[in-house]
Amino acid sequence: MSLELIEGSEAIARAMVSAGCKFFAGYPMTPFTEVLEGMAKELPKVGGVCMNAESELEAIGMAWGAAATGARAATGSVGQGLSLMQESLAEMCFAKLPLVCLNMARGQGDYFQATRGGGHGDYRHIVLAPCDLKEAVRLIQYAFHLADTWRNPVMFMGDYYLAHVQEAVDTGPIDFGPLEPKDWALDGSSSGHGSAKIVSPIMPTKRDAPHPILYGEYLGMVADRQAVIAEGVEALAETGHTEGAELIMVAYGTPGRIVRYVVKKLREEGYPVGYVRPITLWPFPAEILRNACRDAKAIAVHELNSGQMVEDVMLAVRHLPVSKTGGVSMDESGFGIAPDLTPTIVRERILKTLANIQEQAA
Amino acid sequence: MSGKISRGTLVIDVERCKGCDLCIDACKPGVLTMTETKRNAHGYLYPELSPGCTACHACALICPDFVFQVWKYDEPVTHEETGDAA
Amino acid sequence: MNVIRTDAPPDRAAKLVDDFAPPLILPGEHHLCPGCGEPAAMRSSVEMIEELGFANNSIAVFGIGCYTSFSPGMDVEVLQALHGRAPSLATGVKRMKPDTIVFTVQGDGDMVNEGLQEVIHTAARGENVTCILLNNGVFGETGGHMTATTVLGQRTKSSLEGRDAKLHGFPIRISELIAQLDGAAYVARGATNTVGLVWKTRAMLKRAFELQSQNAGFTFVEILTMCPTGWFIETGDAPDYLAQNLESYHRVGVIKDIGLETAAS
Repeated sequence: MSLELIEGSEAIARAMVSAGCKFFAGYPMTPFTEVLEGMAKELPKVGGVCMNAESELEAIGMAWGAAATGARAATGSVGQGLSLMQESLAEMCFAKLPLVCLNMARGQGDYFQATRGGGHGDYRHIVLAPCDLKEAVRLIQYAFHLADTWRNPVMFMGDYYLAHVQEAVDTGPIDFGPLEPKDWALDGSSSGHGSAKIVSPIMPTKRDAPHPILYGEYLGMVADRQAVIAEGVEALAETGHTEGAELIMVAYGTPGRIVRYVVKKLREEGYPVGYVRPITLWPFPAEILRNACRDAKAIAVHELNSGQMVEDVMLAVRHLPVSKTGGVSMDESGFGIAPDLTPTIVRERILKTLANIQEQAA
Repeated sequence: MSGKISRGTLVIDVERCKGCDLCIDACKPGVLTMTETKRNAHGYLYPELSPGCTACHACALICPDFVFQVWKYDEPVTHEETGDAA
Repeated sequence: MNVIRTDAPPDRAAKLVDDFAPPLILPGEHHLCPGCGEPAAMRSSVEMIEELGFANNSIAVFGIGCYTSFSPGMDVEVLQALHGRAPSLATGVKRMKPDTIVFTVQGDGDMVNEGLQEVIHTAARGENVTCILLNNGVFGETGGHMTATTVLGQRTKSSLEGRDAKLHGFPIRISELIAQLDGAAYVARGATNTVGLVWKTRAMLKRAFELQSQNAGFTFVEILTMCPTGWFIETGDAPDYLAQNLESYHRVGVIKDIGLETAAS
């Protein structure tokens, strides 16, 4: 275990390289740019290719091509840039291609984009949300493992804080276990022998296949796959102080860390509050949340948006009132630096919510 | 038509043809003619070959439906006046 | 007229000059319209790959258009891209597999409308891939609509009175545009309306693939093809229509060649 004090984007880049990423394409956009810089520095050292694509659309296109050859490929952007990539993300799910896609988000307004997908058709990408750098350097490697296991894009939710904090982390490779060989990958060699491969979001078979699968049927197969992936991927969440908690706070990412801290302090002072911090946003850890709420009278969601994850919370726990303590909080840069993301304000809001609960009970 | 020489010949997959006529103009020796009443199973007129093929395979190169298989005789064939030469 | 039997191979000594379809095209229907110029272009493309010995080392990246029906119909590894996106996918493939021959197959709607930025950037970067453009001046698959290469006066379903510069602007000569980029090593425009031009186009394709194999830079072959359906004309009239209307604006010929010696030259 070798710890180094490194800045977040650099650490994430190194962790990606440790995971065996060989191709990265990106378009500069704050706070994603620094990851692109990190990959530009690190990838060539291991014989990989880092491309400064001319647009986000081309970045994901290049990553798509690289992934089709079986290489571990990644791309990313900020929510706004990811908006441009939605068609490709959807179709890469249909094409059953692994991809790691980073959202170094500005705030938390991209929850819907990540978990529902902003593209067309029946698909989901797996979504991972670390709360600090130590978790991030592990989850980014796990992302590649999940992408390869399920042949599906995996979205990694970072943010400005993650990109710019410095923490002592170990970015060495992590082994998540064996994987199936990528016998579907293209390398030109199956051409001209009567059984050339095809990687396609439209149809998975060539015309002379014994059982050709046509587009309409294939779309159904792809939709069915989502249920398999939802069952197969372990839903992850961190929980704390849930025993006897009347109020359960739910928060993900960097706010999850702040809420965790505030809840811990409040518990020490005797307030009956606990927390659940989803780590996989899709599949959403509904079961974990339900169990955590066994003693709860209410749930409050603290997210830096007008209310997105709150819908998944309501879907998971139907018998409890759910309120919101978060909200859009931006400084003048618009990069996702939230003036309200401070323990004092979070504490105030949690206490107010607790007071409301106790009032209602009385 | 006596004494016409064919250097090559064709196998024409009549059922694949979509009656587009491109081979007629493409054929330099002008030995392809579309049928006038005979149609394939899809209802299309199709080309027929008369003596004088040079095996230039222009027809195969231009045909959108891969209808032609082109053969070059080892020895050119001279056709009789009334001949159906194979 | 003496009709010669053509239902079986000759029963005297003869050599096969050309089979129905090259081995790299799988048997079966492609379902393209009568008189379509695209199959001849596809045939010539794969025959040049075979001739150069690249048949066991090629990857095709297909765009979306009528020609997409060839993507499950070729014995070549295929990566199916979205409309306009093939050049960026081809870039990713080639960067990871630099020793393979990577080529795109795209139509004018795909490449010059939706994907203009992609092909220009890929050319500017000098990616060692070959982009093949099948240009018939229409969006064929959607029924025959105007594209960025539709010539003035050409009637399409979205320019029923004929393309008018005042209303619809001017067509883009994409080969000339790409030739200006330093990363482009070879840019040529051929056609499949006459056999003579098919032969010239084959030579263009061959040189493009050869130059790719020598890492000469970006190679581009535009092939004008007939679309009688999209042009509202008889199949037999399409070759002349192409000559008179498309070729007069999109001129056939080799537009740029870096002049590298190859094994064949």
